Amino acid sequence: MATLDVAAGRERGILRRPMATEGFWSWFTTVDHKKIGILYGLAAFVFFIVGGLEALLIRAQLVGPDGTLLNADQYNQIFTMHGITMIFLFVMPMSAAFFNYMIPLMIGARDVAFPRLNAYSYWAFAAGGLFLYSSFFLGGAPNGGWFGYAPNSTTDPTPGMTFYALGLIITGISSAAGAVNLAITVINMRAPGMSLFRMPVFVWMGLVVQFLLVFALPIITVALFELLFDRRWGTRFFDPTAGGEPLLWQHMFWLFGHPEVYILILPAFGIVSEILPVFSRKPLFGYQFVVFSGIAIGFIGFGVWAHHMFAAGLGPVANTAFGVTTAIIGVPTGIKIFNWMGTMYGGDIRFHTPMMYAIGAVAMFVIGGLSGVTHAIVPSDYQQTDTYYIVAHFHYVIFGGGVFAIFGGLYYWWPKVFARKLGEGIGKLQFWILFVGFNLTFGPMHILGLYGMIRRTYTYPASLGLTFWNQVATVGAFLIALSVLVFLVNVVRTHTKPKGLAHEDPWDARTLEWTTSCPPPHYNFEEIPTVHALDEFWHRKYVEDERSRRLVPAQAGAAGDHGHEGGGHSIHLPGPSFWPLVAAAGLPIMAYGVIYSWWLLAAGVLVALTGFYGWALEPSVAEE
Amino acid sequence: MDVAAATAQQHDEHQTTTGLPHTKLGMWVFLSSECLLFGALISTYVLYRGRSTVGPFPDEVFDIPYTSVSSFVLLASSLTMVLALAAAQKRDMQRMRLWLLATALLGMTFVGGQVYEFTVFHEEGLDITTNLFGTTFYTLTGFHGVHVTVGILMLLSLVGMSMAQRLPADASFPVEMVGLYWHFVDIVWIVIFTVVYLVPTPRPGGP
Repeated sequence: MATLDVAAGRERGILRRPMATEGFWSWFTTVDHKKIGILYGLAAFVFFIVGGLEALLIRAQLVGPDGTLLNADQYNQIFTMHGITMIFLFVMPMSAAFFNYMIPLMIGARDVAFPRLNAYSYWAFAAGGLFLYSSFFLGGAPNGGWFGYAPNSTTDPTPGMTFYALGLIITGISSAAGAVNLAITVINMRAPGMSLFRMPVFVWMGLVVQFLLVFALPIITVALFELLFDRRWGTRFFDPTAGGEPLLWQHMFWLFGHPEVYILILPAFGIVSEILPVFSRKPLFGYQFVVFSGIAIGFIGFGVWAHHMFAAGLGPVANTAFGVTTAIIGVPTGIKIFNWMGTMYGGDIRFHTPMMYAIGAVAMFVIGGLSGVTHAIVPSDYQQTDTYYIVAHFHYVIFGGGVFAIFGGLYYWWPKVFARKLGEGIGKLQFWILFVGFNLTFGPMHILGLYGMIRRTYTYPASLGLTFWNQVATVGAFLIALSVLVFLVNVVRTHTKPKGLAHEDPWDARTLEWTTSCPPPHYNFEEIPTVHALDEFWHRKYVEDERSRRLVPAQAGAAGDHGHEGGGHSIHLPGPSFWPLVAAAGLPIMAYGVIYSWWLLAAGVLVALTGFYGWALEPSVAEE
Repeated sequence: MDVAAATAQQHDEHQTTTGLPHTKLGMWVFLSSECLLFGALISTYVLYRGRSTVGPFPDEVFDIPYTSVSSFVLLASSLTMVLALAAAQKRDMQRMRLWLLATALLGMTFVGGQVYEFTVFHEEGLDITTNLFGTTFYTLTGFHGVHVTVGILMLLSLVGMSMAQRLPADASFPVEMVGLYWHFVDIVWIVIFTVVYLVPTPRPGGP
């Protein structure tokens, strides 16, 4: 509706138009993709710590047989919220943080396509997260697992799974809005010369992820509405006594849930594909293969969902078909691994902290990927279903692949965002603590799973002989917690030092985001860059010497067109706005209304409509 | 290269990578997402077709001639929407408002007809909790009805903004965007009407 604003006015609506772009309150009204990116990152990291504390509770409960720290009901709530938090409130928004901050900079744009929709997306995510966590004080948190299988989830008497359905609908709206925004940004806002195959792989992975979100989210949204209606208004979707099929929930959940796996991991692949070439001082090996593999993973990702349901009794034909597709999706993933190794091979490798995390991510992902291939073999999967082997597998993929890459990205782009380099020594210390802790935690879970330890069990008897490896896993979990603590110490230490970088291009990087200053001015680029090649920034810095065939620095002045402070007066960017926040605030009010009262629901609709109308009637660029 | 310098999006739209406005591309991506939303809802209906254990069954409650008329009303609104866009392109604001209003009225007639239909079904004993047919029928058609209602709100907003001189002189772009959404919702109804009303549903245990 942004286009309806042409009849520009000065003061309209109830709220005075916010003008400040700095200071505490500006964070609530900002539409700057960089500030929204930081907000996303901060909120996601807070949820990472909360979800991590829940994981510590789980490991403390399981450290010995017959644990009594939590009872069964509390344990159900904790492991469910751990899963929901880490997937929907940490990895997805953390990826959104990187995409938000970096994509416009990497494609040479001044902002995203829909800045206010971007703000709406952030506030809806924050609202959804807080709404989900409010359930702890309102009768019990979700307790049916992040997968919420019916009819367990429809018949539970506590309100937890109602919060689950509503909370995930809200975060889904947030992700869908963000996905439309970022997809259009990549498609439609590239700098001159930035053709699709000159885009950094991180941007490519971002584009694939946004389309996965666009096509996967509506399916889970429908499933969540059906679950909600069953719970709240007594519909019969998943009620076997009325002829309903609980299996339908599983199909719809995993039809979303498996693309979701790639929504979580492709951003990590993108980060790794940026870091490895920079610290190997070589271009990415087989750029097109990496890109097309990412696209292939996106497509095939929609055709493998039933491998989560091999034990559900779909029959040999369906199981075989999905076993085959699951084996096939390992191929493009494997291609990427070989490309990353090819990138490092013969490279002038510098083991800075981001590089160590990137290599760690690739190595750990390979372990998770290999155990994943064992699930593609149906008889083998029968043995592993619902055991700790599965827990080990997906943590190696999402934590080993995803979180290691996220830390790598944080170390790599921290100077860009905050004009400060995180401590290298302490960073490497954190890496090794995390590396050891991670493998101690999740490595033994393979063994526990093969011994037959079932998932989601709140306790186990001593006679099963599972105690030793559980103790090892718990020690590992606390080491992970220690490494996160070390990271926080690193952040605090870094930010007590004065701001400023010795060099605005500290890693000798290859892509456009490093051509502007650190941090970038609010308009990103003084002049929109014109792109001539893949790894544009590298080609501006280095040329190949004709005789020696070696890289030599290009002539001075050719490299950087750093934005200068005080410049950019003629550049008008969308002004700050309250309305996205108001429109997003309507969502949790509506959700509470569904649980408690029609009046509250109506009030929520009213707040949301007020937000949207204010938004539509407000000119996107503020008057000066 | 002051891409962001334009105060209105329309000014810089010719400078986008594809040459198309962001909003139009965004609307297409949004509508593709909506396809999956209705796809999932229609799939649920189809999967549960004929699996209700108790009545009322579809052939006991459906009044095909009645729903055909209301479907025709909704389809006619697509025509008036096209006429509204044509008027906007000719900068004939008076006529544009007229056709937008006509589109909204036809939409309201359709939603009103749906509410009436629901009431009749309720009196005949079909509630959303009665059986799988009631559950899937009310959910699917209800979601569609909400979409039509949102469309009516957008149409009326356009009329209101045009009256208050809040639309640009060339209002064809916002009208076209709302039109895209409106036509999409109409097309979805064609699928729903065919699948739900016209294709006969077998009774459980019988032909």
